[in-house]
Amino acid sequence: MPEEKPDKKVEKKPTDMSIDTAVCEVLSNCEGVVETAFDRAISIRPCPIGAEGACCKHCAMGPCRLVAKTTRGVCGATRATVAARNFARAVAAGAAAHSDHGRGMAFALLAVAKGETEGFRIRDEAKVHAVAGYMGIKSEGRPIMDVAREIAETALGEFGKQTGELIYLKRATPARQELWRKEKIAPRGIDREVVEVMHRTHMGVDQDAENILDQTLRASMTDGWGGSMLATDITDILFGTPTPLQSQVNLGVLKDDEVNLVVHGHEPTLSEMIVAASTDPELLEYAKSKGANGINLAGICCTANEVLMRHGIPPAGNFLSQELAIATGAVEAMIVDVQCIMQSLAEVATHFHTKVITTSPKAKIEGATHMEYDEHHAYQSAKDIVRVAIDNYPNRGAAKIPGPKPDEALIAGFSHEYIRYMQGGLYRGSFRPLNDAVAAGRIRGLAGVVGCNNARVAQDAPTVQIIRELIKNDVLVVVTGCAATGAAKYGYLQPEFMDHAGAGLREVCEAIGIPPVVHVGSCVDNSRILTILTECATEGGLGDDISDLPAVGICPEYMSEKALSIGSYFAASGAYVLFGLPSPVSNSPEVVDLIQNGWNARFGGGIEFEPDIDALIAKVFTRIDAKREALGLAEYDAARFGESGDRQMEEMLETLDKGGSLNVYSVSR
Amino acid sequence: MSRYIAKAAIRGANLIVGEAEQMVEAAVAELGASTPVAFTNTAYHLPVILGFTGMEVDNLGELREAVAYAKRLLNAMPGESLWLPYLGETLDAGAATLLATEAIEAVRFARGLQPEPIPGLHLTGTSFTSPDNNGGGADGGHANGPIDDIQLRAWGIQLVDGRMPGFAAIIGAARSNEAAVSIVRELQKRNILVFLSGNVNGRSIIHQLMEEGVEMGYDTYIVPFGTDTISAIYALGFATRSALTFGGMSGGQTRDILLYNKYRVFAFALALGEVDDLKYAAAAGAINYGFPVIADTLIPQILPSGITSYEHVISMPFDDIPGDNDTERARRLVQRCMEVRGVKIKITDVPIPVPYGSAFEGERIRKADMRVEFGGSKAQAFEYLRSVGLDEIEDGKIEVVGPGFDDVPEGGAMSLGIVVEVAGRKMQEDFEPVLERQTHYWVNGASGIQHIGQRDITWIRLSKAAVDKGFQIKNLGDILYARLHADFGAILDKVAVTIYTDPDKFQEWLAKAREAYQARNVRLADMVDESIEEFYSCTLCQSFAPNHVCVISPERLGLCGAYNWLDCKASNQINPTGPNQPIPKGICLDPVFGVWQGSNEFAYQNTHQTVERVTLYSIMQDPMTACGCFECIAVVIPEANGVMVVSREDPSMTPAGMTFSTLAGVAGGGLQTPGMMGVGKYYLLSRKFISADGGFKRIVWMSSVLKGMMADELKGVCEREGDPDLLDKIADERSATTVEELLPFLEEHQHPALAMDPIF
Repeated sequence: MPEEKPDKKVEKKPTDMSIDTAVCEVLSNCEGVVETAFDRAISIRPCPIGAEGACCKHCAMGPCRLVAKTTRGVCGATRATVAARNFARAVAAGAAAHSDHGRGMAFALLAVAKGETEGFRIRDEAKVHAVAGYMGIKSEGRPIMDVAREIAETALGEFGKQTGELIYLKRATPARQELWRKEKIAPRGIDREVVEVMHRTHMGVDQDAENILDQTLRASMTDGWGGSMLATDITDILFGTPTPLQSQVNLGVLKDDEVNLVVHGHEPTLSEMIVAASTDPELLEYAKSKGANGINLAGICCTANEVLMRHGIPPAGNFLSQELAIATGAVEAMIVDVQCIMQSLAEVATHFHTKVITTSPKAKIEGATHMEYDEHHAYQSAKDIVRVAIDNYPNRGAAKIPGPKPDEALIAGFSHEYIRYMQGGLYRGSFRPLNDAVAAGRIRGLAGVVGCNNARVAQDAPTVQIIRELIKNDVLVVVTGCAATGAAKYGYLQPEFMDHAGAGLREVCEAIGIPPVVHVGSCVDNSRILTILTECATEGGLGDDISDLPAVGICPEYMSEKALSIGSYFAASGAYVLFGLPSPVSNSPEVVDLIQNGWNARFGGGIEFEPDIDALIAKVFTRIDAKREALGLAEYDAARFGESGDRQMEEMLETLDKGGSLNVYSVSR
Repeated sequence: MSRYIAKAAIRGANLIVGEAEQMVEAAVAELGASTPVAFTNTAYHLPVILGFTGMEVDNLGELREAVAYAKRLLNAMPGESLWLPYLGETLDAGAATLLATEAIEAVRFARGLQPEPIPGLHLTGTSFTSPDNNGGGADGGHANGPIDDIQLRAWGIQLVDGRMPGFAAIIGAARSNEAAVSIVRELQKRNILVFLSGNVNGRSIIHQLMEEGVEMGYDTYIVPFGTDTISAIYALGFATRSALTFGGMSGGQTRDILLYNKYRVFAFALALGEVDDLKYAAAAGAINYGFPVIADTLIPQILPSGITSYEHVISMPFDDIPGDNDTERARRLVQRCMEVRGVKIKITDVPIPVPYGSAFEGERIRKADMRVEFGGSKAQAFEYLRSVGLDEIEDGKIEVVGPGFDDVPEGGAMSLGIVVEVAGRKMQEDFEPVLERQTHYWVNGASGIQHIGQRDITWIRLSKAAVDKGFQIKNLGDILYARLHADFGAILDKVAVTIYTDPDKFQEWLAKAREAYQARNVRLADMVDESIEEFYSCTLCQSFAPNHVCVISPERLGLCGAYNWLDCKASNQINPTGPNQPIPKGICLDPVFGVWQGSNEFAYQNTHQTVERVTLYSIMQDPMTACGCFECIAVVIPEANGVMVVSREDPSMTPAGMTFSTLAGVAGGGLQTPGMMGVGKYYLLSRKFISADGGFKRIVWMSSVLKGMMADELKGVCEREGDPDLLDKIADERSATTVEELLPFLEEHQHPALAMDPIF
């Protein structure tokens, strides 16, 4: 097939591959020496049959490619069935990843509650009570550890539950719960729905695209309203509910004169302990003995977001930066656990002194050092790992760390609890100010910009372009995952960035003191966005359900199957989600229509793939404005707002400083 | 917030909390931790601290805890760059400021430094309700200090029925004295309570108003709290107690209390003159209540809404306000305040030469300031309203028959009769007394005019100032004409007013009026619960007390004393979907206790399913609930086998071991409490007054103020009950303030309750 032949060598400069100058700098240094995902993305073209969902390899009569005039596989499966099955399996894998993460957290909580761990404790007792409330567990007057244990057991029960409904569905709006029941997609148990996807997509089982896709939604909900939400809640209980803090981002956070450890992956249990170990006096002393001035911790991917949100540990980059962190030559150890970890890390590390340390029994990499992490001896595990890194410090050769830039500072740490607090304080916290701002038109709408990096598009470019346009047009943006890290690299998470927002959004930012782009966490923390949207819908004034809100989800640089799961559970929850890449089901116009319009008609949300970023942005505004109109809200008009704030006051004080006269009773003076 | 305000407020909060801490520590060291701290006449301890924290602070030691709580609410200031969010933190700092300032005032009280002495400031109408409020400087002049519970309740009905939309907390000093007067006059015109505090470089709006001779005190709705910003806490104490009193909330239900104020109390802060850190901090505290802040200087604006219903902070630099003079600019400033708080007030334009508004209702005209009086001891006056056929009168005709008062010497008296004739298709004869009774409020609304009494005991005074401005007898007619059309336009089409000063005509019409009064008395006496088919509801107070319903029958008027059955009927005609709805009685379930199917169902539905059953004639079984505006509280004294009735104007201790204020906390808020009931004072005179429990003879104790106020009527009731000396057998605060004192008194006077069936 002509498509599979190696393409004519495409000449690509680093600046075509990423808009991140630090990344480009390291890429230049790698040229001809170290091969990275950026290089491979040029040499390998995506399989065009797989890319469109046209390939069926579910039985040994195939693989069948349903292209050109072929409309059915050997068994007679249609293009729609094949595309839907492929999509369903991707979502199931994504949901399984998030939920397994949640399961891990539940086991960690159980171990803590039973007193079987060292190092962990319960950091947020208020959240224990809140979660107990969601789960219908009596918590008042009981020892906190008893309650925590029951929470952990209940959470674990959700995975193996066979009948009934997931407990957290009750956290949705009443209208949404009703709809799920009516449409028969309320999930029964986390594991059951994922298994059922696997069963139904086996050869010769479910061969009706819509039916397959219904089960896909049901499986995705075990992620958003199951595993991810549990992961977020339990992580808050164990490690604290985030509140805003300052930090830095990008490769410049690596230090020339300290032991650099990079934590990469997704689960926060080990990284929490490494944070603690990195300030252990004994280990600091040990580092000094090896000639280092300290122990510097940085993160990649969602582990980075977890330790950023709670400790201000700086992310060294997002998904596509992982190889490059090693390629600076300055990383003593990269500690990885699960998800989004490129196998190439071990190969890249061979060019440098870096030790890649795998820690999860679920994820080993050939050529990496495996030091299995045991949560029962969490702190000891962490110390052992840090010690290995310190021991490696003297082996560091000439390192080239791109210098930090001023726009790489950021504010993170917006849990949904804090978002509520920031809109009214201890006594008046609510979502009223946000809803008011949307209703008045100061804020045109809300957008969640989430997801990955994808080596098929210039790193961060679509994310940044989209966010820039959104905030300029008064759309408040919340970010998670690698999209958040991407936005942070260009200063978007700084409160000063409100000057790039439209006048109305700027007023709201200045009133609260927030950046126009709000970092709500890792990719499991997309569940926080569900909570935020539900609170907006419940607060009143913007309809009764998520599907009434002028809100959209956007995944500009989607790469992983988890992103498809996230997109699906948002659709099931009433949000419309746009992906900035070609559709993985484009081989079947029927499936394209089902997940876009079919779901939208039934659930008020859907999934659409739009690789043309300008067109995607236009669709976002169309969708938001249509929702505004349906709610009967004031038509968005950027010119109506902007009279708030400190500007005039600052001008007056400047005049005064310059020796001007003061009349507080007049602006004109 | 804006970052500028956040910085200032958090800085101010840190300073004032530190100051409070030092003051409390010093006071504890000097006076001892057990030294009591209390504001005047309140059952709510230190109300803001109670509301926010649930702490019942009664001594310096407990006050220390409250300050420690405030300290925990403090945060760091936002930085110059890469700042952390500050809105929530600033609001918390504002709350801390409120707790700290209240603590400071409490210490000042403990040291006898409050109310603040202000030489030359003599308040109207304070001595009666605040007998303890007698501090002051060399000449006894002083600021008001906190408003006591009694006054809060006295204003209750006006606050809830919208006549008094809320309050303006003015802090600082106005651009000029002219502006100061204009601002308070504009607020008075809208019946908005004006609370004054603060200063700019030592000069306070209180000083400005004193210089301009503006009367301040409860009677004029202008209450000067003190000349520093700290005293502004009393405004928020008032707000907090509104929620506790009328909303049925208790201390520590902070969010509910604050939201109650956001949605039900139309208050705002008006910062006059430069705004310093402490003022920003206090403003942040006020915003917690949903009260916006308007400044007459250049400060950062916060326009997005959310914590408040509309804008949070508005800057209206005074010199930039269009207008020919400060009076006009001040008027525009007040108009903007109304918009920002979302206060919609219908101002009736009354074409008379003096300012008009119900803020002037309480004004007293002293003899020395009086030009002329009608009625009183030296002359006679009456007012009479009757309905006539539509073709019998000419709308808008206002006529004075007889001479004016030009020939009456200054300070003299003359007789005058006001005859109002109205016509309208929906007008009924029964409404005549309802409309006529409004004359008192309407005439009183004119600045410089005082009206007392009703019917043929009317007594009107005109001040020299009002006459100097051109006020004439005919203007009384202008007032009545304008108000009748404005307030009762739904049932009236035509209004004509004739005022008789001609002695012969006066006598002729007085006779006609007396005939009508007599006929009405007979009609009223015939009107009993059994003779009508419908009761009326009054849910006016649900704006304030969401779970309370008054069931009003001919023999039981509303507990506020302001609405009887006929009033409700008229009100329903005027506004068929309003707060007074007919309640068809339905099946009588118990004639003795006064239980009807209709009233039960109505109560259940309209108390949001909290009250299932309500009796009209019993205090013991399913008594009627109360909002908080009651004139009296009836409480069972088990030891005496009877009830006591305490007036809201009585600050003394009662045999129940509680003062009115404390009792009121239990009786109000829409809760059904057997053995305790808020009632209107005229209900005491009704044959149906707790008739299921033994009636009037059960009263073993009654505030002396009631005995005096209704002496004649009570005498009649005693006679009706067949015990003409009964009133003397009823104890009051002069004879008993404990049960131990009460019982011997009753035995000595052979009170009938002692021989009645056990009340339980």
